[in-house]
Amino acid sequence: MSWTFTGDRPIYTQLVERLQMRIVTGAYPPGARLKSVRDLAAEAAVNPNTMQRALAELEDTGLVYTQRTAGRFVTEDEERIAALRERLGREKVRRFLAEMRELGYRRAEAAALMETEEEET
Amino acid sequence: MSAILECHGLTKRYGRVHALDGADLVLEPGRIVGLLGPNGSGKTTLIKLANGLLTPSAGTLTIDGDAPGRATRAKVAYLPDADYLPDWMSLRDLTGLFRDFYADFDPAKAREMFAALGLDEAERLKALSKGNREKTQLVLTMSRAARLYLLDEPIGGVDPAARDYILRTIIGNYSENGTVLLSTHLIADIESVLDEVVFLKQGQVLLHENADALREEKGKSVDAIFREVFAC
Repeated sequence: MSWTFTGDRPIYTQLVERLQMRIVTGAYPPGARLKSVRDLAAEAAVNPNTMQRALAELEDTGLVYTQRTAGRFVTEDEERIAALRERLGREKVRRFLAEMRELGYRRAEAAALMETEEEET
Repeated sequence: MSAILECHGLTKRYGRVHALDGADLVLEPGRIVGLLGPNGSGKTTLIKLANGLLTPSAGTLTIDGDAPGRATRAKVAYLPDADYLPDWMSLRDLTGLFRDFYADFDPAKAREMFAALGLDEAERLKALSKGNREKTQLVLTMSRAARLYLLDEPIGGVDPAARDYILRTIIGNYSENGTVLLSTHLIADIESVLDEVVFLKQGQVLLHENADALREEKGKSVDAIFREVFAC
């Protein structure tokens, strides 16, 4: 998963999304220790303060937690991760349905089309 | 926290030309700041004043509370926009030179970065390409644990692949409370690493803002904003 950013939105919101994605997909598994802010920032080629801000937001929502001396960890609360996965999934479906509506598809038609579409492997 | 760099009404005249014309700027510790402006807007003049290589015609500039001089030079790591190191020296000699000159220089860090960039320490500077000379100078500069890094066009001459490594080098190596002021016009390449941006226009500070706040407010990249502000 690469860290590329678009210029027209704050980097920190984009970082929050990327980090959430990594947690949901298990690239950062539950209970895993995260690299230091500086190492993560260097990896993503972003400012350490921006990375810090993104991590603080994940901390506020309970996805990561800090243990005073040991560092920062992904939550072990798998229900919380599952809830985030569902929320992200819903957002994508909403966006998909909105685009289909723009193409003139009703909800049922969109669903039918989705059924017939072969899955990418 | 007190400012690491502070300018008030900073002015530098060359005859009738005002290279800087009453610039006000305060930089806090622990930031990466982009000094952005078109050619001739005063970027290099500001950096040279901060190094004490020029003296102001009017106004003040202080580094950590002191006027530029012997004491501030120990706190400031400067990367000029031109070659300045003796080119007959090898990278190993230069590493020794920096160690002798600067108490905060870490030779092990420099060697590690030379290796990562594929630079041979036995090579003399003059045998290197322009891009590799620039990398060498940057490695030496970033191997110091300075309070303020002044980087004048650090990525201008290097290829895009090395540019990424260099940005990571800057992010990974500036000291904890250090501030990095870097001038460039390759904004798109560096904007994701910036905390703050400073736009210089005709010797004055036109804008000084948090980079993410600016993107949020305008819904555009810093690069796009720059192109608008300085459209010819």
